[in-house]
Amino acid sequence: MPSEAAELVFDEATKVYEGREGAAVDHLSLTVPAGEICVLVGPSGGGKTTALKLVNRLIPLTSGYIRIDGKQIGDYDVTELRRSIGYVIQQVGLFPHMTIESNIGTVPKLLGWKRERIRDRVGELLELVGLDPVQDRKRFPAELSGGQRQRVGLARALAANPPLMLMDEPFGAIDPIVRARLHDAFLRLQRELRKTVLFVTHDIDEAIKVGDRIAILRQGGRLAQYDTPEQVLEHPVDEFVADFVGHDRALKALSLKTLGELDLAPASGADGLPRLTADTSQRDALALLVDERRDAILVTDAAGSPLGVATREQMIG
Amino acid sequence: MTGFRAADGGGPVIPNFGQGSSCIRHNGWFCTEWVREHWGDILQPALIQHIELALIAVGIGFAISFLLALVGFRWRLFDAPLGAFTDVLYTIPSIALFQLLVPITGLTVTTIEVALVSYTFFVLYRNIVAGLRGVPAEVLESARGMGFTRMQTFFRVELPLAVPAIVAGLRVAVVATISVATVAAIVIYYGLGGPIFDALGQPDIFRTELVAAGGLAILLALTADALLALTQRALTPWNRVR
Repeated sequence: MPSEAAELVFDEATKVYEGREGAAVDHLSLTVPAGEICVLVGPSGGGKTTALKLVNRLIPLTSGYIRIDGKQIGDYDVTELRRSIGYVIQQVGLFPHMTIESNIGTVPKLLGWKRERIRDRVGELLELVGLDPVQDRKRFPAELSGGQRQRVGLARALAANPPLMLMDEPFGAIDPIVRARLHDAFLRLQRELRKTVLFVTHDIDEAIKVGDRIAILRQGGRLAQYDTPEQVLEHPVDEFVADFVGHDRALKALSLKTLGELDLAPASGADGLPRLTADTSQRDALALLVDERRDAILVTDAAGSPLGVATREQMIG
Repeated sequence: MTGFRAADGGGPVIPNFGQGSSCIRHNGWFCTEWVREHWGDILQPALIQHIELALIAVGIGFAISFLLALVGFRWRLFDAPLGAFTDVLYTIPSIALFQLLVPITGLTVTTIEVALVSYTFFVLYRNIVAGLRGVPAEVLESARGMGFTRMQTFFRVELPLAVPAIVAGLRVAVVATISVATVAAIVIYYGLGGPIFDALGQPDIFRTELVAAGGLAILLALTADALLALTQRALTPWNRVR
């Protein structure tokens, strides 16, 4: 497998567990373009985690195909396949008896990298995920907080520079404040690394925040809609998707748009208005307007010079 | 020599009254003079034999238990029967087991070792299996997901994480073996049980010898336990940080 991002294709992928009625994943077909984050989201019983584990063959396919960079997963040697895919799970699963350094260096060691190369790579990764490359290296997982452990989990998955990452509710067990910080760290990393990522969550807000594309699965592992977050929010294909996305989907859609995207009116004579920068989301701007009982906002650039005026009607309209 | 015990081997104990030291005549709880006099010919050899008995018993017991545990761990089907087998062995009263073995292996150290070894299975088997099974599911899943082979998972993850449970089992096994081994002198005069049986064999129990030999057995058990505890600390630095 090459180390640049790989395209991931599900082609009629189906999983039926023996002795259980109906499929867990039912003829799932979707393509994740190289370098994009695809979020699998849906209610429990939707087969999200099963679909993810089909990719690294922790669960065997019943029928259909999954291809990475055009090659079927069944054609790879299974350990080789797994070593070339980054894997992050909710409970992290760090090795409690190994230092952070050994944990992160696990896959490189399996691949037979030289010791110095592993050491350098670990330092690089610790820095990348926002941990201390000197102090945290020799610590044990039990000495870290939940958020730090998940950062290590992420670093460990990235260690051998895999072209594809599988992330199974990676931030699910972390409190909301730390989780928001991890989202930002993860998205910043992704802008730099451009991995192909398959990301599972049951939280639609998380899906909207991290996904380039969202695949909504319904009971029985059937794909309900596969689209960009904007499309899913603004044009849900049916009642199930609309319901799942939530009655506040209009508000959620606003959180994806910034003030800068609006047609601003000239800023003359707008001195008394509250000011916000152009990269503020329309949802936050609306919240401020409601809060302060105002109808318009003065939009500025990052330096604070006025760009124009945005009105409440423009956002709601 | 002013002692009264039979010279060596498993021969009958022939008391030798009348000409013993003052320690024997007064028979207080502890007489330093007797201990000093007989450290070289009675107590030290008995202590060394006892250490030997325990080391061999726990060593062989551990090796066999480990193999049995691998079978019980790998094939769950065998776990319950193997566990029951070690239970049954453990329930046989030690004196009875020693006597049962004499017709087969004779009045030999082998007889003692066979009995001691079979007692270690009980605690060692269960602890090793429990230790190997105790690895958290998410740790195993991430190992599998990262491309560990079955062997790599065993040697790099399951076995190291089972060390605390295994050493805990070893500690119990060692202390129990040192204790039960004193009873083994019922078969032949060997280990610290020798002087203990001697002392008890006197019409008026010879207290100094009983206390000295019994005390050595206790000290030996405590020392072995402490050494194993230190070994575990050294082997599992990750277990200390919590």
